[in-house]
Order: sequence, then structure tokens, then C-alpha cells
Amino acid sequence: MRNLLIFITKYNAFFLFIIFEVASLIIYIKYNSFQKASFINSSNEVTGGFYAKMSEFNSYLKLKEENDELARENSRLRNQLKSSFYVDTVNKHKVTDTIYKRQYEYIVARVINNSTNHANNYLTINKGSQQGIAKGMGVMCNLGIVGKVIIVSEHFSVIQSLLHKDSQFSAMLANNKEIGTIEWGDDLNPHKGILKDVSNNAVPKVGEQVVTSGYSLFPTGIPIGKISNLHTKAGGYALNMEVALAVDFSKLQYVDVINNKFATEQEGLEAQQKKDE
Amino acid sequence: MSRNIIINLIRFLVLVFIQVFLLKNISLYNFSTPYFYILFILLLPFETPNVLLFALAFILGLTIDAFYDTPGLHAAACVILAFVRIIFISITVQKDGFDNEPEPTLGIMGLRWFITYASVLTLVHHFFLFNLEAFSLSQLEFTISRVLLSSLFTVFLMLISGLLFFKRKERK
Repeated sequence: MRNLLIFITKYNAFFLFIIFEVASLIIYIKYNSFQKASFINSSNEVTGGFYAKMSEFNSYLKLKEENDELARENSRLRNQLKSSFYVDTVNKHKVTDTIYKRQYEYIVARVINNSTNHANNYLTINKGSQQGIAKGMGVMCNLGIVGKVIIVSEHFSVIQSLLHKDSQFSAMLANNKEIGTIEWGDDLNPHKGILKDVSNNAVPKVGEQVVTSGYSLFPTGIPIGKISNLHTKAGGYALNMEVALAVDFSKLQYVDVINNKFATEQEGLEAQQKKDE
Repeated sequence: MSRNIIINLIRFLVLVFIQVFLLKNISLYNFSTPYFYILFILLLPFETPNVLLFALAFILGLTIDAFYDTPGLHAAACVILAFVRIIFISITVQKDGFDNEPEPTLGIMGLRWFITYASVLTLVHHFFLFNLEAFSLSQLEFTISRVLLSSLFTVFLMLISGLLFFKRKERK
């Protein structure tokens, strides 16, 4: 017994190393499988508060770019206004609109933490459950899709960006409506995605637009990027191609969280169908 | 002794601040990302007891993890770093010679020793950090090149900071 104690005190560095290393690996592995069940993340109020302060300061530095972008968007929206069209009929009648029911609602939020250079990237935004954000909602900005909400606290939410090993969204080619899946590329380049599993009879061209299909969290036709490279393997049963992403993730300032009002209804129905089978 | 504690506390806060708000946003071609905060563990005094050394490394790692959203990753790499530090120092430094100057800084230990010390420890830390982050051997080449280039960046920053404080000491 005494010899054992002497042995342990002599090599105490090694035993301490084992204890601490196992502790940190347990934390790491546990976090990996339970998707951030732990409280050490940036929706934590303390670090969230820090990031909010810092991003307030940062947003001053980018005011000019943001202004330009807003001005451009203003002009685009103004072009869609009724008042900018010339009305050449005199008859007017009032219609109570019962055909259109609002399906998508957009909640604007500011990005307060962002990363693009890790193997798995996350964003934090300054809106949370109090503003109506819930887990699983899609996130876009005015240039294209960004990701989906994975954790929500009262005032902050964490978004798993498209630049994440597990991110997959349904996408399609804008011209011939062929469906595929958009993912992040293998080489951690924040400007490049991969469109997978497009059926073999599609004839994609370099430069063709890739947009959302409407099957997942997003409305149909939100831009994702443009095809930049085709590698067609002979004999494969599906096409894969490289996509130059439309969104510059390192410059994200404001994003829109999309609330699909029919999502629960759709999910409920689909779950029931699975149960019936 | 209490002066030592205060200096190290300030160093801890400053390094975490620099890492989280400045270096987190820096990345050269997605290959080279500096993790400069480990300088805190490198510069702890020689006489730090092993328990304290491991505990500090663990806490430092968890603090960085809280800001990087990666619970446990940096903590694991930092604990490995602390272990390698103990081995490296026990091999290269004779404990008896240091009564009054107990810190492994550039000014006290000399340029050649400090460069070896910093690069070996940084390489080990970055190797485990990037491999744990990737968590697969499928892109080993890519990961290794990230390790090497990032270590280069980190050691470069360490040398700059070492020279900066080295000069100030001589002037006194």
C-alpha cells in the first residue's frame, strides 16, 4: 500500500494528466452527441452579453457597406411598389382577399457572433424565443440562405450555418427544376458548396442559378449560389457539382429568420403518415 | 509571490481577450489560425505545482471553449500541453539554478531555448487541437498542413510578444 502511494506521488504529473484529460474528453464527447445540451455556449447570457457589446462596436465599422446594401434593397423593393407602375385602366373595384393566407413570416435579427474558419461553424443572433424564434426555423439574408436555428434562449439564438458538416438543405436548379441537396464542400472553403444527388437527366451549365426547392424550411426560389464547376463522373447514378455560394458568410450583419406558419401542420401530417406505414 | 499571482491573472485576462475578440477573426486562407492564448501556460513559473498547472490549463481551455462554442475541445488540448510542458522542462532545465528568476521567459532563458520550447509545445497543442476538431483521419494531410501553418503563426506571435517585454525589462 505504501509503495503504491509512493509510486503515485512520484509520477503525480502523469496521473493528474490522465484525470484532467479524461474530464475534458468526456465534456467534448458528450457535447458532440447531445448537440450542445451543456450550458457552455454563446447563448449563455454572460458570453452573449460580451458578444452583443463587441458586435455593436463592430457594426459601426461596417456602416457604409450596410448602407449601400440597404439602399440597393430599397430601390429593388420600390420597383415592386404599385405606385411605380402606370395604371392604364380606369375601373377599380375592391376585393376582399380570401385566396392568399400568409405562410411565411420574417423576423429580422442582427448577427452578434460569427465564424467561418472552423470545421463546424455557428452564428449567434440577438433575437430569441421572446421575439418568436423557435428551434428548426430557417435563416436567410438578402443574398441567400444562411442556415437553421438550433438553440434558442430568451434573447439569443444559435444558428448552425450552411458551413457545417451536418448542414443539408433541399435545393434545385433554377432553370429545369431538378432537385438536389446542397452541402458545404469538403475543403472548408467558405465560398464553396456542393450540390449533390441531382438526377442524371439534368443538363446543368456552369453559371446556372441554384435556388431553394421549397421542400425544406425555406420558401421556393431563394438564391443559394451559382454552379462554378461540374465534375461528372461517368457511370454514376447522380450528378454532383460545385456551387459558388451567393452569401459571403464572413460579412453577415443582418439576417431574416423565417417562420413557416404551416410547418407544424406539415410535420404532424408527415409524422402520422410514417406511423401509419 | 502575490506579485506573481497578479501578473499571471492579468496575463490570463489579456490573452483570453486578445484571442476571443481579435485572433478569432483572423485566418490566413483558412489554413493558418493562431491560438496565441496558450502563451499563458508556457509562461507560468517553473515552481508551479503540477496540480495547479493542470487546473489552470483546464480552466483556460474551458474559458476559450465558452467563447468558441466547443465545450471540452480546447480544455483537452491545453491539458495535453501542460503535460508536455512538465516533461520538456524536466528534461531540459536543472531545477536548482533558479532561486530568484523563476519564469521561462525569453529574456531569462535565452532565444534558442525559448524557440525550441515554444515550437515543440505549440506543435503538440495544435496537433491535438486540430485532430480533435476534425475527429476523423480521412483528411489527415489537410489537417496536418493546418497544424504546421497555424503553429508557425502562433510561434511568430509568441516571439514578437517575447521580444516586446524583453526590451522593456532591460530598460529598467
